[in-house]
Amino acid sequence: MSRQSQRGPLDYASRWSLRLWVAGVMLFLYLPLASLILFSFNDSKRTIRWEGFTLDWYARLANDDALISAFANSLTIAALSTLFSVVFGTMAAIALWRFRFPGRGLFDAMITLPIVVPEICMGVAMLVFFGTVMPWPRDLVWPLDLGAIVIAHITFSFPFVTVVVRARLASFNREMEEAARDLGASELRAFWDIVLPHLRPALISGALLAFTLSLDDFVITFFTAGPNTVTFPVKIYSMVRFSVTPEVNAASTVLMAITVALTLIGMKFQRTEITKPDTGQPEPE
Amino acid sequence: MLIRFENVTKRFGSFIAVDDVSLDIAAGEFFSLLGPSGCGKTTLLRMLAGLETPTQGRILIDGVDMAGVPPNRRPVNMVFQSYAVFPHMTVAQNVAYGLKIDRVPRDERDVRVADALALVGLGEFAHRRPDQLSGGQRQRVALARALVKRPKVLLLDEPLSALDAKLRDAMRGELAQIQREVGVTFVMVTHDQDEALAMASRCALMDRGTLQQVATPGDLYEYPANRFVADFIGTINLFEGTLGPGAIVTVPALGTPVHVEHAGAPGTPVWVGIRPEKIAMAPQTGPRPTSLNVTSGTIMTSAYLGAVTLYDVAIAGGTVIKVSAPNGTRLANPALPAGTPVWLHWAIDAPVVLMGD
Repeated sequence: MSRQSQRGPLDYASRWSLRLWVAGVMLFLYLPLASLILFSFNDSKRTIRWEGFTLDWYARLANDDALISAFANSLTIAALSTLFSVVFGTMAAIALWRFRFPGRGLFDAMITLPIVVPEICMGVAMLVFFGTVMPWPRDLVWPLDLGAIVIAHITFSFPFVTVVVRARLASFNREMEEAARDLGASELRAFWDIVLPHLRPALISGALLAFTLSLDDFVITFFTAGPNTVTFPVKIYSMVRFSVTPEVNAASTVLMAITVALTLIGMKFQRTEITKPDTGQPEPE
Repeated sequence: MLIRFENVTKRFGSFIAVDDVSLDIAAGEFFSLLGPSGCGKTTLLRMLAGLETPTQGRILIDGVDMAGVPPNRRPVNMVFQSYAVFPHMTVAQNVAYGLKIDRVPRDERDVRVADALALVGLGEFAHRRPDQLSGGQRQRVALARALVKRPKVLLLDEPLSALDAKLRDAMRGELAQIQREVGVTFVMVTHDQDEALAMASRCALMDRGTLQQVATPGDLYEYPANRFVADFIGTINLFEGTLGPGAIVTVPALGTPVHVEHAGAPGTPVWVGIRPEKIAMAPQTGPRPTSLNVTSGTIMTSAYLGAVTLYDVAIAGGTVIKVSAPNGTRLANPALPAGTPVWLHWAIDAPVVLMGD
């Protein structure tokens, strides 16, 4: 018996040609990121030669006040934008799911527009809007000075929340809400007790999505940020303009780690959402 | 009357779901709304629950006009077709939900929840989650959750349709038993006539938004009001005919006049219906039966179902008559073979005569 015959028809992973191909793809995708992370631990300022392991660059980050304040800005903006995005995004999703109203089709199309509009256009639009149409007052105290950026971030984040929440609502059994009403719950109470718990996984993954989108956004933020409202990605960019130091590598690695961690948590919630549809439909016995 | 529908009409756009229905349901009844899908029976039930608003007409419960009364303020509770058991609550929390909203004190609530769960036989499952229950158990949760509120009327929307056949039969008896026990008026929607006939004390048969007949199961089966009812309930052989002089209907398709119980105005076009089990069949090797209504034919097909055998018998002229014969004795070959010439005969009170087209 040769090994060939023991292999299942879909057992592609055991073919060396495919393994090679996958390895090539992985290398192509992750080699730049891997070298970025690697050199953030390199004990050398300029050369790309490996000189030894160090955490100096991370220590330098921790002592860089400008970078720390940029990081604080980013976290604040992300938190505020997430909060509003989840509320607005969920409201839009429920309006589209629940009601028939004139202009519903248009509303449906418009709501996903920020997802497809090129970021650079959104950025320029925000620049023009906050520059001429409705200038955001300067010299406000922190965090009010971040208002323009927060608004810009909400604009591009909340459609993603809407999409996620709508997908979840599609699996909601309307009879569940009717049952709550039938048992004595007011409309608001039925929503709070029955619909909201059903939406929980979507709200969490939508929030994480909005948070990561806001945290690592560069283009739109770049156009809306003022001299005192620098965010983490914008700060990294300005550092790069002088020179690509291992400090930049370290800062990028930190940002990447946060984003990956949040995405993994988001995916975990998305998965529970898929495996447990919670429709209330009885399973066949 | 506990429930009164007064000329209730419900339109969805241009579609008329319920068309001018007037209906009274007395306290303590097990009432069934029966009909094919899309006949408006579920809409009627949902209007009673307050989940739909009538376009025209009034609905009264216990003498109170329900117009403008939201579902959470009506003295009715419903068992939904999907059961709609709340997945994020335990069985006990599901049942307690309605009482919690009514601010029933904790101690009383616990007692009533325990009683309701005992009534439906789920006492040991109080702390289970719905995803750990079978379909039949979920239905019991939905039933307990509705009954615990002590409604004046319990509404059931196709309560057995999601269960498998064995469980359905068991639940049929159990639902009727529970209804007798708690004495609450049940209004049940079903498309399954067996369910309606077996459980209900009275049925309303609906078609295309209108009431066709409101009667006891026996009357619905034996004394159908029109051709739709006769055809929908059970199996029936229907023939077009004309009333003749005397208690006789001329039926061209049968080639023999049908003797019936009562005479009518001669020349009136009617339909004659004969249930398959009311037709007796005998092989033509025997003598011609002495009954007034006799015809002869040949067996075309037979279907042996255990308790009965169903035959399609062709008579002269090609008309096919359905006959069902009980298998009262144990025989190795209970069914007569195809091609057997047979006598068909029935009593004069067997046929139903239906007026109109």
